[in-house]
Amino acid sequence: MTRDRQFQTTLIAPSIFVLLLIGVFPLVYLLVVSFQGITMTANDTSFHGLRNFAQLMQDTRAWESLLHTLVFTGVALPLELVLGLLMAQLFIDHLPGRPVFVALLVLPVVVSPIVSGATWSLMFDNRFGPINQVIGWLAGREVTLLWTIQPNLVYPAILVAEVWQWTPFMFLLLLAALSAVDKSQLEAAAIDGAGYWRTFFRIVLPAIWPVMAVAILIRGLDLFRLFDIVWALTKGGPGTTTETLSIFTYVKGFQQFETSYTAAVALLIIFALSVAVTLALRRVQLSR
Amino acid sequence: MKVQHRRQVTQAARLAGAVLLTVGFLFPIYWLFMMSFKTADEIYAYPPVWWPSGLQLGNYVVLFKDGDARAVWNSLVVSSLSTLAAMFLGTICAYSLARFKTGGDHLANWIISQRMVPPIAVVFPIFLLYVWFHWVDTYFGLILLYTAFNLPYVIWMMRGYILDIPIALEQAALVDGYTRWQVLWKVVFPMCRAGLFATAVFTFVFAWNDFIFALVLTRTEVTTYTVQVTHYFGGQSNFWAKISAMSVLGTVPIFIVVGFMQRYLVRGISLGAVKG
Repeated sequence: MTRDRQFQTTLIAPSIFVLLLIGVFPLVYLLVVSFQGITMTANDTSFHGLRNFAQLMQDTRAWESLLHTLVFTGVALPLELVLGLLMAQLFIDHLPGRPVFVALLVLPVVVSPIVSGATWSLMFDNRFGPINQVIGWLAGREVTLLWTIQPNLVYPAILVAEVWQWTPFMFLLLLAALSAVDKSQLEAAAIDGAGYWRTFFRIVLPAIWPVMAVAILIRGLDLFRLFDIVWALTKGGPGTTTETLSIFTYVKGFQQFETSYTAAVALLIIFALSVAVTLALRRVQLSR
Repeated sequence: MKVQHRRQVTQAARLAGAVLLTVGFLFPIYWLFMMSFKTADEIYAYPPVWWPSGLQLGNYVVLFKDGDARAVWNSLVVSSLSTLAAMFLGTICAYSLARFKTGGDHLANWIISQRMVPPIAVVFPIFLLYVWFHWVDTYFGLILLYTAFNLPYVIWMMRGYILDIPIALEQAALVDGYTRWQVLWKVVFPMCRAGLFATAVFTFVFAWNDFIFALVLTRTEVTTYTVQVTHYFGGQSNFWAKISAMSVLGTVPIFIVVGFMQRYLVRGISLGAVKG
């Protein structure tokens, strides 16, 4: 029995060590540094109390970046969900060549987000991109919209790239969930004369909800840390119009070297997300 | 007869919709790939050229001549080695969690919650740690990081796969006098071979596609292809030829790998929530 115990511990020890080193050490470090006053010019390790946190409360740029992040999340997540569901509906019944379609449709998901950002900056290029050209054909005159520069166009541009990349993710999961819905229940509902929407809300939605919840959780967390696509398309610009929380943190830490302040920001992000994830995990049945 | 006719019409409409949708989703990828085969004149032509005159490889030749293609090699080294490390450490840890309930649900939940931490929040202190240990811009540093980053995923997925295999075989092997390690090597690993393979692919893809860790933790020596792509973004104009060629070099391997992995895709990207 003791040998078993030793064996169990040996198995988990290396993983736990690595996770503590890379996962927990940073947390402890953040906790210490966020109460100090380290910047690029001053290595001030004296205790500053809550000064960094107070500064954060008044930093409009930080709160705006949170707002931008929430806007991206709030628009992209429902869009991806609804579009993914519609696509899944299209493919749920037998269709010739279905496996091929599905295999092709999921390709955007596995493209590196930085590459899809680069791809979409090609697409949106004001002179050499196909999007302005197509709009030009429709409008019947030359169009040179500056998609990644004009403030009213950058959000649509980024959202298109984001939704393009991740709608197939929703599609794939929801297609799997829809395929698992009990057909006999649907037939019973049809015999009872239930309409399409009634069947959808009473039978289909409850059946696919567990998978949908996991998909929303995964995508929601990904969107909250949105970085790559925005970085490739606008680097948070013009100005700070599209700066997300992740880009803000990066700029503060690695371009302006406000070490202690960045630590405070990072700590608050982790804290807020931990609360959210704990609550979400309790509701979502991940695996068994 | 009429019913059948209507069914054929809807079927045709759905097929047309599916084709249209697929073309729409693949078009940006087509544009990226095609761009990498264009000549400089075709890239900077107005109106844009929708079909390149031929498959000319000049843009790729330049990448290899300048040594920039090394970034793809770096990605390959770092992603493969970190995948091997994460798979080995993660699978044995998962076995302990699945079979002995080591640490109970709390440990398992803590591990998966590590996966949810946003990279930007931890990359900053990790960077400082790496500066301290002189690990910045080293293969070891990046491999260690991706190993740690992927461990929660591997542990979580493999725990699910191991729970799927019947415990009786392991008990029989123990009765036959196998040691615990032998059971692991000769019974458990072969039994969940498909799961190991699928999980490894996703682990590889995560490391391969990462940008933010590589951006912060590399300088010149172990720059990965994602960071290299962003080097071609200019202030005034972008180097489209290099951006597209480097992107294609980084994307083709993933497409090939995922093409073979269709069967496991759903379970992999849903963190095991869909058995698929």
